[in-house]
Amino acid sequence: MSATSGVFRVVDRIRARLEGPNTIGNSRGFWLGFALVLAGAFAYPTFVSAYQAGNTALFLLYGLLALSLSVVWGYAGILSFGQVVFFGFAGYTFGIVSINLGSTLGVTLAIPVAVLIATVVAFLLGYFMFYGDVSGVFVAIITLVVTLVLQTFMAQTAGDAWTVGSVALGGFNGMPGIPNLAVGTEATSVTFRGGVFYWLVLSALVVSYLGLRVLVNGRFGYAMVGIREDEDRVEMLGYDIRRVKLAVFTLGGTMAGFSGVLYAAWGNYIDPSVYSLTFATMPVVWVTVGGRTSMLGAVLATVSIEWFRQQLSITGSEYAMVIVGLLLLGVVLLVPEGFVPFVHRKVTEFRSDPTEGIPDAPESPGEGAAE
Amino acid sequence: MVNGINLLLQFLDSFAFIVLAAIGLAIIFGMMDVINLAHGEFIMIGAYGTTMTYNAGAPLPVAIAAGVAVTTVAGLVLERTIIHRLYDRPLDSMVATWALGLALTQAARILFGNSLNSIGIPLGAISYGQFSYSLYRVLLAGVAIAVLVAAYLVFTRTEFGVRARATIQDPETAAAMGVETGRMYTITFAIGSALAGLAGALYAPTMSVVPGMGSSFLVEAFVAVVTGGTSVLLGTTLAGGVLGSVDALLSNLYGTFVGQIGLLIVAVAILRFLPTGLSGVVETVRERRERDAA
Repeated sequence: MSATSGVFRVVDRIRARLEGPNTIGNSRGFWLGFALVLAGAFAYPTFVSAYQAGNTALFLLYGLLALSLSVVWGYAGILSFGQVVFFGFAGYTFGIVSINLGSTLGVTLAIPVAVLIATVVAFLLGYFMFYGDVSGVFVAIITLVVTLVLQTFMAQTAGDAWTVGSVALGGFNGMPGIPNLAVGTEATSVTFRGGVFYWLVLSALVVSYLGLRVLVNGRFGYAMVGIREDEDRVEMLGYDIRRVKLAVFTLGGTMAGFSGVLYAAWGNYIDPSVYSLTFATMPVVWVTVGGRTSMLGAVLATVSIEWFRQQLSITGSEYAMVIVGLLLLGVVLLVPEGFVPFVHRKVTEFRSDPTEGIPDAPESPGEGAAE
Repeated sequence: MVNGINLLLQFLDSFAFIVLAAIGLAIIFGMMDVINLAHGEFIMIGAYGTTMTYNAGAPLPVAIAAGVAVTTVAGLVLERTIIHRLYDRPLDSMVATWALGLALTQAARILFGNSLNSIGIPLGAISYGQFSYSLYRVLLAGVAIAVLVAAYLVFTRTEFGVRARATIQDPETAAAMGVETGRMYTITFAIGSALAGLAGALYAPTMSVVPGMGSSFLVEAFVAVVTGGTSVLLGTTLAGGVLGSVDALLSNLYGTFVGQIGLLIVAVAILRFLPTGLSGVVETVRERRERDAA
């Protein structure tokens, strides 16, 4: 009896950290559904082929990239077109280090090195922007320009001059032969491929999601959301907003970087298309469509949109980007808060007494996120 | 001596490219705080309009006029249907115009294929010493200066310019004084679109006309707008001058890519140390001088 009440107390304490005004889904019902979906997602590779599981793993690792933008843009209000910069940096670094070292231990080492590089790049870029008082649309422009310049750079690295150790950067041809993700030494190691790789990506995604929930519902998260809503006021309250922004931006870089490592290991390949305008757009599309203030929405939108894009490209249709563009446009114009917050608001309004719902309306999460 | 001429021509080329690529974007941003991320696609529309008219048999000047006209109409339609809904949401207007750009690029690919037959650079070349240089490219520098002068005259000497500047400074007071600010925004957006179309039309003969061509203008255009600061025409001119020198020098010595990297670094440095941009510095100096004189 006391054991079960102890378990309940622990569950309640965990829930208290995960829940708060900054996330959607703060009820027992939500967590029940979450656990069910999660169980289904973990069981998924046992029902489908290894190829299919690997394919879905791609969507999930994109989900991690989407989360990185969700926290930077959706919560701290910093629109970045540059998440793919950190993604690409980490992917390329993982390739360079792991191929050069060439052993299982080398691959293991390449993971933290690649994530660290992405983090440092994000920190430096963020330092120059936020400590230079660059904000709003200018951050978006600078991150976009960095992406464009990197694409130009990587595309012209085809020659022999551009090799790091034994690895050629390869220009448009890209960098083939990147090993699968592995952890361990020559003697004992785990290599992640097929279903196992899928489980790794899914776990990373779930851990990131829960971790970010704790973050945004804590003191730091309140500061972030405060900056999104009104920078000056948060500064008056004594916060160093430049530091908060830099911290969030760097965290976003780390997450995007890890996603990039997974990507390079997933396809055993990386090329400059990770810096292309099309790919730079996708995180913005995922997060806008799913809902900037909902991390769950970002992930759901990522998986649905990428699945849809893949279906279209399999059937040879050229309309994918037209449809994605129009979808993004439609969401900005008609459902600016994004689908998940929109559905959540409608359901809440429908459930609660209409006279009670009206005074609450201005506080719905989507309203303030417009800027 | 000859190298000096090389460098001067390269500078004129960079200056023209930066000014023409940026001016449409800068006018729209300066007037209504909207960053038009479909700017590159507007340039692409201008280039497509020009190339297709030319390929249909029209002379080049007519084709250029057609390219500008097509882009202006496209800009007007998009402003009335979409962009005017987003004037008070700067980041959303960025995302929306970005979405528009995506759809337009792919639509161009579906409708017109992967590339158009190019026009070829007209007017031949001027030679000096052992070098020669395209006369058309030199002419573009003249056009860039003419565009700046024309825009200056429109914004300072015409009824429209006065109303437009009143709208920039204080939209509410301007509206109270009888300026239809909504119409001002529509007209400004059309002018910005026309200038983007002009950039595309003028550069159509010099590059391959493909759906994604707009992105090759974006780095220069964005960097110029970011570094130019709040005063649009002064800012664009200064950005063209400063960035043009950097770009010309670095491109001449090390190639196009280093030129672009140089632009990016200069842009970040300017933002870091001159938060009001290049035009802000000039205005501060001017104000200080006026204060000292008084």
